[in-house]
Amino acid sequence: MHAIELDHVSRVYQKYSARHRFQTFKSAIVRGDLFRSIKADELVSAVDDVTLQVEEGSTLGLIGRNGSGKSTLLKLVAGIAKPTAGTLVVRGKISALIELGAGFHPEISGRENVFINGIMLGLSKKEITSKFDEIVRFADLEQFIDAPVKTYSSGMFMRLGFSIAINVNPDVLLVDEILAVGDAAFIPKCLDRIDDFRRRRKTILFVSHDLSMVGKICDKVAWMKDGRLRMLGEPKRVIDAYLQDVAEKQEEDFQGKQDAAAAAPTAAAEGAREQRWGKREIEIRKVVLRGLGGEEKHVFSPDEGMVIELDVAAREPQKDFVFGIGIFNSLGTLCYGTNTDLEDIIPESIRDEGKVVCRIDKLGLINGTYYLDVAVHKRDGYPFDYHKNLYSFLVSSTKRDEGVSRLPHRWEFGPNIGIKTAGK
Amino acid sequence: MSRLFANLRQLFRYRVLIQSLVGRELKARYRGTVLGFFWSFFNPFLLMVVYTAVFGLILQPRDANFMGKPLVYALFLFTGLLPWQWFVASTLESSTVLMTNGNLLKKILFPAEVLPVVTVTANMVHFLFGLPILFILIPLLGGHFSFYMLFLPVVIFVQYVYCLSFSLLISALTVHFRDIRDILGNLMTFWFFATPVIYSMNLPQIQKYAALRTLLNLNPMTHIIGGYHSALYYGELIHWKKLGVTFLVSLVFFALGYAVFDRLRDSFPEEV
Repeated sequence: MHAIELDHVSRVYQKYSARHRFQTFKSAIVRGDLFRSIKADELVSAVDDVTLQVEEGSTLGLIGRNGSGKSTLLKLVAGIAKPTAGTLVVRGKISALIELGAGFHPEISGRENVFINGIMLGLSKKEITSKFDEIVRFADLEQFIDAPVKTYSSGMFMRLGFSIAINVNPDVLLVDEILAVGDAAFIPKCLDRIDDFRRRRKTILFVSHDLSMVGKICDKVAWMKDGRLRMLGEPKRVIDAYLQDVAEKQEEDFQGKQDAAAAAPTAAAEGAREQRWGKREIEIRKVVLRGLGGEEKHVFSPDEGMVIELDVAAREPQKDFVFGIGIFNSLGTLCYGTNTDLEDIIPESIRDEGKVVCRIDKLGLINGTYYLDVAVHKRDGYPFDYHKNLYSFLVSSTKRDEGVSRLPHRWEFGPNIGIKTAGK
Repeated sequence: MSRLFANLRQLFRYRVLIQSLVGRELKARYRGTVLGFFWSFFNPFLLMVVYTAVFGLILQPRDANFMGKPLVYALFLFTGLLPWQWFVASTLESSTVLMTNGNLLKKILFPAEVLPVVTVTANMVHFLFGLPILFILIPLLGGHFSFYMLFLPVVIFVQYVYCLSFSLLISALTVHFRDIRDILGNLMTFWFFATPVIYSMNLPQIQKYAALRTLLNLNPMTHIIGGYHSALYYGELIHWKKLGVTFLVSLVFFALGYAVFDRLRDSFPEEV
């Protein structure tokens, strides 16, 4: 049995709402466009031909970039927005945690707001009376419940809203990225409640950007892209595919930024003067970052390898030279630096053009932006060509470890310690 | 038509919500003021004092019935002003009610028509709060009680339906045309003077010009205010025919207003 069924559901919005098109009577009358038909190029599909079923008692995660249609989809399921095309069936009572405390009135007390909000969400007065203490206790607002809601902090506001909504006891729970405001003590409580729902075989539709949480609590994950359902399936697979897509996008952005820098030569050259020095008896003409497969890239995962490729040229033959690299994080901390001299590689000769490649088998860095120094100099430190911070790359990871590098490691547990890994 | 009845049934199911929202509206309105609820009584009273001072004492009514009798005129004024305030306040508030509560329409599943209904109902309760003051003033200002006052609920009901129909229409249209809000402010001033509140229909100047009389008679508020005057001021039987026609017109308006509201309903979440 499916709790939620979407059959070719689309929702089209006008790019400029009618309010913008004829904001005033005057414009409507003067331009005579009151009943102008809407042209196709003024329409945006927020949700485009989505077919989707959610099994009763299962938890479906919705992921995707901002503006990909997740929230619109949620609103369609909640009945707040109507589909432009397609059919949508929801079985059972819905409670939507789209915006918490949406109906609160600031001037009246928390107590009165609990009643009114509860009624708005479909509870009867009797039900609220019987659940009132639990709602207040869960929100942890016993002392403040008789104060006007306008005196609440945003966290208190949200807690009360969540507490009411979760006590509606729905068959289908819609959750839209709402746990962002809660403090460290409240979020686990919310997750507990959501877990509790799962145990009681309620259907949950969960929108979040917290991929590790999605991986943890969802049975299935749907990835939305540009209003379309891009992928639906087992959480780990979908999340990985999504991350891959995000990485590709980052790569594109990065490329765009670099191109823009190249297209603005004055600014770049000025910056370059400061960041590059040396008489260039040996010159580093080009630096390329590649994956181990040889493809040029700028976004890496921590487990990936990286190849730093230097195109060098010597104006005249040299006997004393050292090639070096340094990787700095965004705080300017040196994460790793080495050169050929430190590794006891003895230079003999260099002439004309050549390639120097530094191959890192596994990057082992944590999330973040990194800057790369490359240099060629004499063993006594006299610089031929020094590039400071001229190159950068991103490391994108789902792990949230900290420090300057990710040491290769593995966790092991004795027989009496039970664990569960995220993503199943 | 069947759509209208389905909507009305749904509205009836939301009565608890409407009831608690009206309660909230009333509580929140004077929250933080020193006099609190007493403002519901004082506001219309002060308004009456102002109008009596200006139209009764300074301008002097030309109506023979009121000449030199400012207290009697004050009672006449108050009888008309009280329901008029209900109509103006609910209409003006309706023009913004969907926007100010946009969050409800956007974020939770919420029957939009509840909002104008709450506006009209809350203002009716305010009106009802003003009635005790009126009853205290009747003997003091030289009026008299009569059993025709028992017809008051009938007049109130007609006005309720009329105000509702107007509020539904205005609230839905203002979402798309914000100009209505500004037009309304001026329209209401005009409408006030086009309704026999500060003068009576018996004024010879009105009776003399048939066109003027017809115009005033076409205004539904004329007959509603007239109903209040009959029941409370003159102490006579309400004019059944006129009020009956007004009621029918109100019903048609109501169906029309609700139809417009229903037609535009789906656009509210994105437009408010």
